[in-house]
Amino acid sequence: MDLYEYQAKELFGRHGIPVPPGRVAETPGQARAIAAELGAPVVVKAQVKTGGRGKAGGIRAAAGPAAAEEEAARVLGMDIKGHIAKRVLVEAATVPFEEYYAAFLVDRAEGGFLAMVSAQGGMEIEELAATDPGAIVRLPIDPVTGVDAGTARLLAAKAGLPQAAAPVLERLWTVMAEEDALLVEVNPLICTTGQQIVALDGKVTLDDNAAFRHERPAGERTGSLEDRARAKGLNYVKLDGSVGVIGNGAGLVMSTLDVVAGAGADPANFLDIGGGASAQVMADGLEIILADPDVRSVLVNVFGGITACDAVANGIVTALELLGERGHSRPIVVRLDGNNAEVGRRILSDARHPVVRQVSTMDGAAEMAARLAAGA
Amino acid sequence: MAIFLTKDSRVLVQGMTGAEGSRHTARMLAAGTEVVAGVTPGKGGRSVDFGERAVPVFGSVADAVAETGADVSVVFVPPRFTLAAVEEAVSAAVPLCVVITEGVPVRDAIRLRAAAAGRTRIIGPNCPGLISPGQSSAGIIPADITSSGRIGLVSKSGTLTYQLMYELRDLGFSTAVGIGGDPVIGTTHIDCLQEFQDDPGTDAIVMIGEIGGDAEERAAAYIAAHVTKPVVAYVAGFTAPEGRTMGHAGAIVSGSSGTAQAKKEALEAVGVRVGRTPSETARLMRSALGRAAA
Repeated sequence: MDLYEYQAKELFGRHGIPVPPGRVAETPGQARAIAAELGAPVVVKAQVKTGGRGKAGGIRAAAGPAAAEEEAARVLGMDIKGHIAKRVLVEAATVPFEEYYAAFLVDRAEGGFLAMVSAQGGMEIEELAATDPGAIVRLPIDPVTGVDAGTARLLAAKAGLPQAAAPVLERLWTVMAEEDALLVEVNPLICTTGQQIVALDGKVTLDDNAAFRHERPAGERTGSLEDRARAKGLNYVKLDGSVGVIGNGAGLVMSTLDVVAGAGADPANFLDIGGGASAQVMADGLEIILADPDVRSVLVNVFGGITACDAVANGIVTALELLGERGHSRPIVVRLDGNNAEVGRRILSDARHPVVRQVSTMDGAAEMAARLAAGA
Repeated sequence: MAIFLTKDSRVLVQGMTGAEGSRHTARMLAAGTEVVAGVTPGKGGRSVDFGERAVPVFGSVADAVAETGADVSVVFVPPRFTLAAVEEAVSAAVPLCVVITEGVPVRDAIRLRAAAAGRTRIIGPNCPGLISPGQSSAGIIPADITSSGRIGLVSKSGTLTYQLMYELRDLGFSTAVGIGGDPVIGTTHIDCLQEFQDDPGTDAIVMIGEIGGDAEERAAAYIAAHVTKPVVAYVAGFTAPEGRTMGHAGAIVSGSSGTAQAKKEALEAVGVRVGRTPSETARLMRSALGRAAA
């Protein structure tokens, strides 16, 4: 789970990392009140989980409460790369004397933790890595001993940061380790004219797998199909196309989306119902997909491995019974392959459900689903 | 021949008395696996009857190894206990530990990797395990969809592994290894490529990748330098949107990195033929082996 900047900064605050004073607002009026409380020039920052906010006009300076209200009105509702700013962070304007970069992340290739620190912060780190890779200090972090005061001092020294930054680096590691984060990134980490080290921005990704050992802010409930799917324990991602896709196994579903695209249609979603593919899970999955008004045809792609295809076919038949009339609204193309595929296919054809069509290959099934979605 | 797992492997199952553990132990036994022990803390001294054989349960991995000579552990314990379970297998000097559990925190995966370094090979977590058809199965890969043969397979995805094993069932496999779709895993594509290259029982290799990270790009570089056997590949996730996790925790395109296109290009640049679909990948393997479709 990616955190918003304001949530990351709340986390930083709890771990003793200096951040500018400020609070989050959902209306221009709230922004005005926060600015008045702060009694200083402020910055109004769009809260979206994407980069490039500054360039998109989502970060604006305001001299006082009236200006803050005005700027918040401008930023709230702004679409930044498809992310709508529903909140703004209003915080005291803080002038950097120097800008640094500091991050702890998971190094997938090495299977370990990595620190990345640079004295040249403020710009995109990918850009810095491309133009001046020597300016970034990388240090693998021992997962058991972590970052102690000595390691933090070494990191600061190697990267050319003032020693005052070392305790902040050490605390950023504490966020990484104690909160089970996959990424803790501060860009820029600044030194003020008063020699204070402050996290001016914050990007934190928490490991969803570790949620069982933390109390975390609840994810937003918007009533979307994705939320409804999550409530049913389904792994669903909404996409932009018109062919609904259900399959068993993440890799097979990703592959199915690609094959649908190859057949000239756009997939409407990713939905993995897992290995078992029971009737209830199949019914839940079909229900979510058919609730998407953009879906014009459905492709069910199941490989019978541990669960043989006859069980899967019975699951589909029962699922369609459970759905009743709701299951009749759009054509459903089924491809069954693997263990007992022939028995499974016969069960489906014997059921003679009016909207179900069977194709024995993945490619052929994708082509038919694409044609049906196009209205052919 | 095979890699990592043969008919002589002696398998113990950590979490064998749980629902998943006992279900899949029965399947492993049916596939011919020498399952010699189960381990569940506090339940030592019992045994579980699987019909054809009763498997003794031990309270610790060390006891199970001492009594049975087990040299492979398959881990089915819940995520919160997985790190401790693997540490126990490592302390007991079990050479191969297959972690099926899905949902292990990345921090724990990193720690178990560090604990195992140089002592125990870890496969997974969040993987279907591995199978050397006709010999032994350590995990949850269905044994009856394929046959033994001379193709090696390494994959991040379970069902795509099954799909390819099924499409090439007439040719058969030496070993199929599901390495798992988590961001941090114990055994990589490269580890398996190296073993398959050295295995006299393997003639050609299928490699299945998916979006996220740069394991496939690294594997491509490794193939160029070290692999002389034919390799065909498949990569899933060309249509995955940026920044969204697609089922597997590690399957995510971040910015411009981890895309399927980049992986395909890296593999093709070193002469690996990459199928557009699983079926086409199977056809490419047939043509690499000079074998017509069944």
